[in-house]
Amino acid sequence: MEFKDYYKILGVERGATEQELKRAYRKLARKFHPDVSKEPEAEKRMKEVNEAYEVLGDPEKRAAYDQLGSRYRPGQEFRPPPDWDAGFEFSGGSAEADATGFSEFFSSLFGDASRRRGNSGFRARGQDHHAKVLIDIEDAFQGATRGITLHAPQVDGQGRATTRERTLKVQIPKGVREGQHIRLSGQGAPGAGGGPLGDLYLEVRFNAHPHYRADGRDVYMDLPLAPWEAALGATVTAPTPGGAVEVKVPAGVQSGRRLRLAGRGIPGNPPGDLYLVLQVVLPPADTEQAKTLYRNMARDLAFNPRSAIGG
Amino acid sequence: MGEVVLTGVVVDEAGALSIEQLACACGAAVSWVRELVVEGALVPAGEGESGWRFTSAHLACARRVRRIQRDLDANIDAAIVIVNLLEEIERLQARLKQAGVDLL
Repeated sequence: MEFKDYYKILGVERGATEQELKRAYRKLARKFHPDVSKEPEAEKRMKEVNEAYEVLGDPEKRAAYDQLGSRYRPGQEFRPPPDWDAGFEFSGGSAEADATGFSEFFSSLFGDASRRRGNSGFRARGQDHHAKVLIDIEDAFQGATRGITLHAPQVDGQGRATTRERTLKVQIPKGVREGQHIRLSGQGAPGAGGGPLGDLYLEVRFNAHPHYRADGRDVYMDLPLAPWEAALGATVTAPTPGGAVEVKVPAGVQSGRRLRLAGRGIPGNPPGDLYLVLQVVLPPADTEQAKTLYRNMARDLAFNPRSAIGG
Repeated sequence: MGEVVLTGVVVDEAGALSIEQLACACGAAVSWVRELVVEGALVPAGEGESGWRFTSAHLACARRVRRIQRDLDANIDAAIVIVNLLEEIERLQARLKQAGVDLL
């Protein structure tokens, strides 16, 4: 485990005042807040910033950290000395902080404090945990099983808090939509004083797909057509997420027109719709024969695509 | 042991959350969720506080308000305004995506 320099993460001097710390924290929070930030790795950076401020913004934790930190350089291999925090009484930090995302370094220092609170005969339900699960859009049509890896704080045999990696296999139900949450009872944090386990919430996200775009229950896909199919009408095969279907394309359609296949979106009650967005694709004029066909059309059709704009 | 497949409940319709469950999921007090309902940020189905049922969309919205309140030190009204604006941006981006336009 590496020693973390919380002052460096917040970009302040060791002697910074509470005001300066708060200002630095807010500035970084605005920059890296995953809900508003466009920065790469915003979520990871925000976690570091939150962790740093959780310690430095709390005078008790800061004092303990400073005493320890005077002996370490950032990145140096770190092992907390036994009873390093003797003499410090942590009042439990803010109930607001979601410590589940904090580093092993943080847990090794301040995880102990929360355990002490837990042993005082106080019984409480464990915290709920949250994670994201990425699936393919096809999984929402068929259902699937996905493995996910979580990093959860845990107390080891020596009574020290560490980060534990665990892998869960989760059934992805058929008909799940992007943004929905799957609640797994009792897969959250252990309770304190024999209290019940918290729950685990998985937020469903779809991997980007080269052809399909989901919007709630509905799915959109482009359907390429040859000019004669669009002009004369045709029956074509469309490879949809639920399997290939035969689609009747009416005569005289243009690019951008949508065909709705009712009930062929994400399954459910009611199921979503599938929209085929028509795209007329020109054959390349890369042979003498193809060029002749285009020239004949130009001569025989007397077609001006710009007549509507006065061209 | 690793081969056990867990089956969860989708947080919508029959799996929608009670006010206590939503509060727990946000690491917040029931009174905080009540405030979000009173402010109109969440409109749950069901009658009376014990009958209120919250969906996945409510959960996402509430967690966001919570994060913004905590991380940006915003009061609840400002956090709700920010979340509503973010949701509006996402709706517009989704419409662009449907139209096949990708700005990113």
